[in-house]
Amino acid sequence: MSMDTSFTNQKFKSVGTRPLRPDGIDKVTGRAKFGADASAPGQLIGRILRSPHPHARIRKIDASRAERLPGVKAVVTAADMPDLTDGDKSMFDVLENCMARTTAFYDGHAVAAVAAIDAKTAREALKLIKVDYEILPHVTDVDEAMKSSAPVLHSKMFTEGVEPKSKKASNIAKRTEFGHGDVATGFQEAEVVVSRSFKTEQTHQGYIEPHACLASVGPDGHGELWVCTQGHFVYRNQCAQLLGMDVSKLRVTASEIGGGFGGKTHVWCEPVALALSRKANRPVKLVMTREEVFRASGPTNATSIDVKIGAKKDGTIVAAEATLRYSGGPYLGAWAELGAMTSFACYDLKNVKTVGYEVVVNRPKTAAYRAPSAPMAAFAVESVVDELAHKLGMDPVEFRLKNAAREGTKSSYGPVYGPIGIGPTLEAAKNHPHMQAPLGKNQGRGMACGFWFNFGGQTCTDINVGVDGTVTVTVGTIDVGGSRASLTLIAAEELGVPYEQVKVVIGDTGTIGHNDMTDGSRGTFSSGMATVFAARNAIKVLRERASKTWDIPLDEVVWEDGQAKALGESHGNLAPMSLKEIAAAAGNTGGPIAGHNEIVADGAGVSFATHICDVEVDPETGKTNILRYTVIQDAGKAVHPTYVEGQYQGGAAQGIGWALNEEYIYGKDGRLQNAGFLDYRIPVCSDLPFIDTVILEIPNPNHPYGVRGVGETSIVPPLAAVGNAVSNAAGVRMTHVPMSPPRILKAIDGARTN
Amino acid sequence: MSVKVSTTINGDQIDFICETDETLLDALRSRVGLTGAKEGCGTGDCGACSITIDGRLICSCLALGVEAEGREIETVEGMANGDQLHPLQRKFIEHAALQCGICTPGFLIAARALLKKNPDPNEEEIRFGLAGNLCRCTGYDKIVRAVQDAAKEMRGA
Repeated sequence: MSMDTSFTNQKFKSVGTRPLRPDGIDKVTGRAKFGADASAPGQLIGRILRSPHPHARIRKIDASRAERLPGVKAVVTAADMPDLTDGDKSMFDVLENCMARTTAFYDGHAVAAVAAIDAKTAREALKLIKVDYEILPHVTDVDEAMKSSAPVLHSKMFTEGVEPKSKKASNIAKRTEFGHGDVATGFQEAEVVVSRSFKTEQTHQGYIEPHACLASVGPDGHGELWVCTQGHFVYRNQCAQLLGMDVSKLRVTASEIGGGFGGKTHVWCEPVALALSRKANRPVKLVMTREEVFRASGPTNATSIDVKIGAKKDGTIVAAEATLRYSGGPYLGAWAELGAMTSFACYDLKNVKTVGYEVVVNRPKTAAYRAPSAPMAAFAVESVVDELAHKLGMDPVEFRLKNAAREGTKSSYGPVYGPIGIGPTLEAAKNHPHMQAPLGKNQGRGMACGFWFNFGGQTCTDINVGVDGTVTVTVGTIDVGGSRASLTLIAAEELGVPYEQVKVVIGDTGTIGHNDMTDGSRGTFSSGMATVFAARNAIKVLRERASKTWDIPLDEVVWEDGQAKALGESHGNLAPMSLKEIAAAAGNTGGPIAGHNEIVADGAGVSFATHICDVEVDPETGKTNILRYTVIQDAGKAVHPTYVEGQYQGGAAQGIGWALNEEYIYGKDGRLQNAGFLDYRIPVCSDLPFIDTVILEIPNPNHPYGVRGVGETSIVPPLAAVGNAVSNAAGVRMTHVPMSPPRILKAIDGARTN
Repeated sequence: MSVKVSTTINGDQIDFICETDETLLDALRSRVGLTGAKEGCGTGDCGACSITIDGRLICSCLALGVEAEGREIETVEGMANGDQLHPLQRKFIEHAALQCGICTPGFLIAARALLKKNPDPNEEEIRFGLAGNLCRCTGYDKIVRAVQDAAKEMRGA
């Protein structure tokens, strides 16, 4: 059947309601199985030895004493994980990040691993491994790393994207540029210009569940992996490639995932666990400690960003440019590129130019963090937009509305927008009671906008009708925050059956075809789309069975309200046939009833949000309290509005933590000084108020229900919204995130001195 | 060195053997097979391993398995009464007070301990009462609402 993905504006019965989530009971009773909750008979415990140095050549590793320790069953180093990446540079980086080869590139870089009969023996064994390091000079700051005097991490790294080609190795991995028009001419027309430089510090996704897996590989090359991941198919592909296994022989089952936010989108310790298991020929359970999670997984980038925007006195922006430098850990990423693309995506600009620099430093390999790269760029741009509005004497919402992108606008990163939500979110902000609420002494209000692309990708879904007429929907996208509930609603909607008649399960890699990860806010968007078409395929089979039973042509059978109905007066005596009745007779009408769909879910609709934030800043201590917070975001169509609200609130809370507190602190020795939740402080319950949400629904024209991704955009505006609020409360422009009490005090003191 | 520990867990008399330097959390998870309490940090900062010992709320990652000797331990696995969920469990589902769910067992145990001490907490008391438990998904909004609603029901209000 055809797969027309166009929005059809249908009336919904199930979609848009708020039923209880199907996995709720498991999660409130302790039954839900997360990464570290599985065990296997005969399992060993794996542990990883990590470099204490930020940059060191590994001269020699002597593991002989560890290997002789009773209870130790395997020790692996890079020698046990040969390079099979065949010129695939990004996979080589993943391999090297899993296990250092000739060089340790950051404090926490894995250098060896052991598997032993218990955790205690494994820990003792790590102490017996002698690594001979030649300590090298290091650099952890993004601006420092760009200087010609900085220690160079890779002797063969020549900046990509510059003409003529660079002949000198440097830490600048890549330059990218976006934009249109002519900013130089634009700035000549400008009557008011604001130009500022900003820094944002490195933060961690902070998922409460550390990386954990249970790996089992036999000498015949067959293996199983139980793992917390955002994408078990992607983990399978990566592990198979790195270990020289056949993809189909490695069966990966995703555990419940205790948070990911982008940090569980590529492998970290899993290939090591598999290598240990293969060498010991026993199952190996490997769970990272919180300290390891901070030192050697996740984090997002630290940045240094310059923004310059010029406007006419009537409030029209005539030119905008930004230079963005993102640290990517020791490896090339696409982080600055994404920052450069998203910076000015909210605005309709005649002249715009953004330049991004990917910079390598001696910090952990960075991973995506919820709308990766966009929050930092938005912090810089939205701060300057706010300051410009102030200088022009315009209301910050009106100023943004005047320059907001709309349908038909050529975006700053290239494409022309379809129907989008930036204008409507700003209008909603303008009319929200929050905007009119009074403020007291030392209090300030800030607002900011944010954009994220959203993603679709490879997806497939299987629908199988049980003998009793209940329905199993098997999907391949991990449920990170309630997608099983939303996909149940979608299947129920299409099939015309109650929510309770459908169960959604996440299949392992042996039960269903490849699915991309749950990233890019794609879970409900893409699996929802595949579920719509799989259900429609199942309905076609159901109609066929009815037509066979009734002995009438297929096109005289329709599917309505969960029943097959015969069309036309000549079939007036035929009572409708329910899903249950058709399922019960399936054995005699052609066998099991199923519907499948495999797609590349193109057309993920872009998403915009506007946030409003009130703060109180204590001028004596520099401490900021969030008094009130409102999130307004376009969801396209909220399939399960309660969980959409949850995404809005969660993203806002993470952004608030980033704005006010969270940062990686490195000593001069290049070692991470706060690798724990005590010193890396994420927001706790008493740090936050209730977070108000407004869901707008501007349908995505490329989805049958109009759905847009909702998970990521909510983290984009908070840095700037909080920054603008703090700046207004403290009377001084804040340019460095996090705005921790010492930084705020310093800014206040600086303003007084000036 | 291993020792035998005799304790009561969720009302059941349980004996287990553990190392003297093994945490109570590890003993519960590995020796007793109760994996509801989670290790999010191992340093008492995240509250995912919250349990009660003789009615007192603790992080089980900061206690030793041997400390369970002769005491009464309660974990999330013992919260429901047969097929009847505890009001907090029910309200957490109804209010969507969980997304990934890894922090949920700890929050439920901490919230129950809070409501035992203070059956009618205001919003601020709930927020400070649960400040020892980290949630990275929800922004706490729906958690606070679920606890408010459960408290109201438990008071018979």
